[in-house]
Amino acid sequence: MRRSRDRSAVTHTVVIIGYGNPGRQDDAMGFLMAEGIEALGLPCVTSEADLQLQIEDAATISEHDIALFIDASINGPEPFSVSQISPSQEITFTSHSVSPETILAICEEHMKHTPQAWLVGIRGYSFELEEGLTPGALENFEAAFSFITQKLTAWAANPTARIELE
Amino acid sequence: MAAAAKKGKRKIVINPVTRVEGHGKVTLHVDENGNIEQARFHINEFRGFERFVQGRLYWEAPNIVERLCGICPVSHHLAAAKATDVIVGADKLTPTGEKMRRLMHYGQTYQSHALHFFHLSAPDLLFGFDAPPEKRNVIAIIEADPELATKAVLMRKYGQEVIKATAGKKVHGTGAIPGGINKHLTVEDRDFLKKDADTMVEWAELGLSICKDVISKNKDELLKFGTFDSNFVSIVKEDGCMDLYDGNLRAIDADGKIIFDQVKPADYLDYIAEEVRPWSYMKFPFIKPLGKEKGWYRVGPLARVNACNYIDTPIAEKERQEFMALGGGRPVHSSLAYHWARLIETIHAAEKIRELLDDPDLLSGDLTVTGTRRNRGVAYLEAPRGTLFHHYEIDDNDQIVLANLIVSTTNNNEPMNRVTQMVAKQYLEGKEITEGLLNHIEVGIRAYDPCLSCATHAIGQMKLLVQLLDRDGAVIDEKVKG
Repeated sequence: MRRSRDRSAVTHTVVIIGYGNPGRQDDAMGFLMAEGIEALGLPCVTSEADLQLQIEDAATISEHDIALFIDASINGPEPFSVSQISPSQEITFTSHSVSPETILAICEEHMKHTPQAWLVGIRGYSFELEEGLTPGALENFEAAFSFITQKLTAWAANPTARIELE
Repeated sequence: MAAAAKKGKRKIVINPVTRVEGHGKVTLHVDENGNIEQARFHINEFRGFERFVQGRLYWEAPNIVERLCGICPVSHHLAAAKATDVIVGADKLTPTGEKMRRLMHYGQTYQSHALHFFHLSAPDLLFGFDAPPEKRNVIAIIEADPELATKAVLMRKYGQEVIKATAGKKVHGTGAIPGGINKHLTVEDRDFLKKDADTMVEWAELGLSICKDVISKNKDELLKFGTFDSNFVSIVKEDGCMDLYDGNLRAIDADGKIIFDQVKPADYLDYIAEEVRPWSYMKFPFIKPLGKEKGWYRVGPLARVNACNYIDTPIAEKERQEFMALGGGRPVHSSLAYHWARLIETIHAAEKIRELLDDPDLLSGDLTVTGTRRNRGVAYLEAPRGTLFHHYEIDDNDQIVLANLIVSTTNNNEPMNRVTQMVAKQYLEGKEITEGLLNHIEVGIRAYDPCLSCATHAIGQMKLLVQLLDRDGAVIDEKVKG
């Protein structure tokens, strides 16, 4: 079930899991971030845009060394927050709510390899049925995009370097 | 989640229904003695896609309407593409076009059914309806049977990989276009998928064996749960063979007698009508010749397995025959039999994927075909949870002027209300409303459809709201979880 990857070229491979609903205004930010990063075609980076986290994302992240979960945040700090996350000790799941920590926990228990993982929460302001980001969210999104792509570009240039996102 | 009983007539609101995509709401109207007078299953989200697409160019429809659903966007993508085939006059696709679409569709069916059974419904069957909420989820399956849980995760992933290989992306792919498909399968993707194709059939069989085992051990309880006679509607081939991608409409009654058969998409309005009820955004479809009262029907896996004459893949057909024996010559009517039927279809989808991956037409050949343009296109598709009707009319500028979409959830609207009422009457009347009892209602709804769509889930958003309202709609009690 796993696609083979060439470990000879790079030390670290990164997977971006950006999730959110593009039809719900600022909720789209994670989804758009994954699409934007994929378009850059960085050599050590795989990008997955999805409407929501799914349990099989555990299998996807297990194929990588670093996982970045990117989501919109309703009440987090502006313009965005970055926090390193660990496998959850208390696992909860519903069909439309599975946390990155739960994904990590499933990965740890069943996939034999758990990546280092961070959660990036980009502050959003409105989540109604409408396409397009609000002006404030767009500013936050651009700041987060710049920050993340800068880090990814640095990794791509020197993939053996120590990884520090925060 | 439970609301304490209080004197006088009142309404108990369960909102949202958990493990159901989107925010469903159940209102239980009880009298002063605590007896259920009425139960209503509400869909609060108004999607409005029929209006959104008006004015858009018809070839945009497959990529717009797939946003109806985050779990099965491929089904809407393909149904709309099939309708636009009619508009461009593509009455018969090229072998490559049809087979690529079928592969995409079977991948969708496989992953969606795996999600529905293993991740959402199996916990109810394996741990019991009265088990505590923390036990009734896929995580508990992971703890109880890690190997099975890992397989369930990888089944989902496999289906998603099939979609990605055929549609370009796992979500909101662009593979199907009017008149065909926009790419071939690559040799790399074919080989990648082929190496696990046998395993996916085996794991689907494993899922069915677990389901059959659980049901056979608790037959009296489980097969009686939410059981009521109904009509069934699905598409079938001309010879009555199950076909999830293409065919004409068949309806059977509660005894299995054919009401109508081989109704072509263009003629669906002569046979299906929709009733509007003031308390719901969602319409209530019915078989026109039977009328509103007697014409409601069920769609989805149970309907498809009940309505078809046979399945054209060997393992699924063998299982279908065993399943049909449950009905003793009649269709099977238990709501929980949906899961059994769903797993037969999961096997069928895996068998079809395996068969298609050996077909060289996927790798080469013409991608599209066109013919004489029309101003109206109607198509059916069997989405994982039931029949889709996509109907578009366009003007001479290629803009959509009318769209009518009857989706699986809408087709099953009346049955979901029926099962809610039946289960509520059976389990809630005159009793304390516990998590376990409320879960019986959710179990009933989940058998049909865990997918009401449109949920947002940004960090901090997910909350569980429970309200107790009096007969005037005033909130007596309110609880928020999460």
